[in-house]
Amino acid sequence: MSDDNKQQFRPDDHPNDHFLLTTVVGSYPKPKWLNRAKELYQDPEHDFSEDHWQEATDDASRLITNEHERAGLDVVVDGEMRRTEMVEYFAHRIDGYEFNGPIKVWGHNYFDKPSVVSEVEYDETWLVEEYKFTAAAADRPVKVPITGPYTLANWSFNEAYDDEEALAYDLADLVNEEINKLVDAGARYIQIDEPALATTPRDHAIVGGCLERIVDGLPDDVRTGLHVCYGDYSRIYPEILEFPVDEFDLELANGDYDQLDVFKDPAFTKDLALGVVDAHIAKIDSVEQIERNILKGLEVVPPEQLVISPDCGLKLLPREIAYGKMANMVEAARNVEAKLDAGEIDIGAPAPSAD
Amino acid sequence: MTEYVSTTPGLFPLPDWAKDDLSDLKGHQKHDLISGDEGEEITAAYEQAREEVIEVQHEAGLDRISEGQLRWDDMLAHPLAVHDAVDTRGIVRYYDNNNFYRDPVVTDDLDFSGDVAGELETASELADGDLQAVLPGPYSLFDLSTDEYYGTDEEFLAAVGEFLAGEVEAFPEHETLFLLEPSLVTDAPEDGLDELASETIDTVAASTDAEVVVHTYWGALTEKVHAHLLDAGVDAIGYDFVTNQEDNLYNINEYGSTDSVALGLVDGQNTLVEDPEAVRDRTEWVFDQLPVTEFETVYLSTNTETFYLPVNKFEEKLAALAEAAALAEVTPA
Repeated sequence: MSDDNKQQFRPDDHPNDHFLLTTVVGSYPKPKWLNRAKELYQDPEHDFSEDHWQEATDDASRLITNEHERAGLDVVVDGEMRRTEMVEYFAHRIDGYEFNGPIKVWGHNYFDKPSVVSEVEYDETWLVEEYKFTAAAADRPVKVPITGPYTLANWSFNEAYDDEEALAYDLADLVNEEINKLVDAGARYIQIDEPALATTPRDHAIVGGCLERIVDGLPDDVRTGLHVCYGDYSRIYPEILEFPVDEFDLELANGDYDQLDVFKDPAFTKDLALGVVDAHIAKIDSVEQIERNILKGLEVVPPEQLVISPDCGLKLLPREIAYGKMANMVEAARNVEAKLDAGEIDIGAPAPSAD
Repeated sequence: MTEYVSTTPGLFPLPDWAKDDLSDLKGHQKHDLISGDEGEEITAAYEQAREEVIEVQHEAGLDRISEGQLRWDDMLAHPLAVHDAVDTRGIVRYYDNNNFYRDPVVTDDLDFSGDVAGELETASELADGDLQAVLPGPYSLFDLSTDEYYGTDEEFLAAVGEFLAGEVEAFPEHETLFLLEPSLVTDAPEDGLDELASETIDTVAASTDAEVVVHTYWGALTEKVHAHLLDAGVDAIGYDFVTNQEDNLYNINEYGSTDSVALGLVDGQNTLVEDPEAVRDRTEWVFDQLPVTEFETVYLSTNTETFYLPVNKFEEKLAALAEAAALAEVTPA
């Protein structure tokens, strides 16, 4: 994809000629006091009001946005402080969904899997307020992660549509409406999260159809990414290269890059947002280790097409570990940039195509 | 005259209070899952939950009462996951669902366990003579686990069959035994193993005097696997008519079926609750497509286990099944 699309996020004071954009996938550990505040807010016996809760989430959003900036990230988020679970949060804001109670995922881990009981319709905005608040609190550009329509459909009970494809396409139109509102509010970097694609790879054509609807009418300078995690990528590559997005954000550190070769043939023609720290190991990766991981990315794409990111959302980690991973990740990216500037790194990947 | 029997393949959702209490008592991580030697408090919580789901089935009017398999954290892999000769390792995906279980790795001889018999003992009295036992079929249990002891697929599968047969022998009196065999559909046994799969089912079925139903789901059996299954000494084969009508009808028309059948007509994985009249009509429709004159017993069931559902919808589905069976009895197909 065009390097210009990425260069718009380059900070004015960036220290190196090369620019490996650093960002995160989205979720981040909530401060303990926010969880405590939520308990009070949900306790009918307590007089912790709607206004108190609003103030608490605003404070948390400011705090975590600032924490991302402190870590040195080029593009930040607010750690999804206002969101609950990645399907529930959106289903509560879409007409046509109802909730019946928790269902098991594994062991004693449950989620409120919603049911689609009538045609889905756009009601209130989902993320515009979150974006505006975060953008006002941040000095850096802000990315907006949003759960994709295929995952919203696949992780719900479908009572109303003939098939999941029809539901996913209707949801894609709603996501398109929301993204247009986000763009109007100033957002320039949108990440669609489709973890369900990893579990049902046969449906990649449906995800492609959804993305066509999602990007319909979006200005070219809006950067779009697709995050897919925890699956067998050989079952969706190279088909995903046809998807109308600028960037793929992939989880690869978890498997120690055992799936890296999948992306070498045919050549990776989009930008690669490479997972360089494992989101499920509660230990801070060393700068040297992350540098080695970044070099793995350069076996697949040239520096112009490489973005640096963790494998997945960091919300399950202790907060100080999550911060340490981000800070080391940024330091490693800057070190690799400097070495690229100095010509000390041989790039394994083919040079970017002329177009 | 055909008898219509309303039942389920078991593996119910835990009541919501038990989800909370057992989360607190056990924890959320891999090593917190059921071990088979849980302490008093956890045992008491499961006993209370078991009583509750048995009462729910009585109230719904089901003809067979399941213990509910509420302790089966690892779903159909449970009987091995709690076995002393098994190590549980990584968390792996449960078929094509957004559900996970611990990979049971067999490292020693699969001798008698008695875990499931213990559960059934506590349910036996409450079930009022309508008790239905539930187990994974030997092929599915073989398919869900990893062997580091027996060496060959043939020996391992046969050992799983012998193990399950030994477990069944220890069961208290039961009316029906449901052997759940989704893997026969999703990961059909290859040549050689298909015949052995039926033989091991036969071994398990021979260890009880109860009616034995081999229930298949998430599609239809291949012709060959279906043909082999007919050679096993079971009373009924279960067919998933929610996922695939055409191939199931084809199998029955082409090769015949057992004297009794189970029909998975109510969707165990969707909250949309079926209308009892519609279930009865679907039963009649299925029989209209078949040349068979009459089955001895027709089990009406959900196609899959029901732990995928929230509790309120689960209970409504049980009631729909019970009413559909009553309606079918009045106006037989």
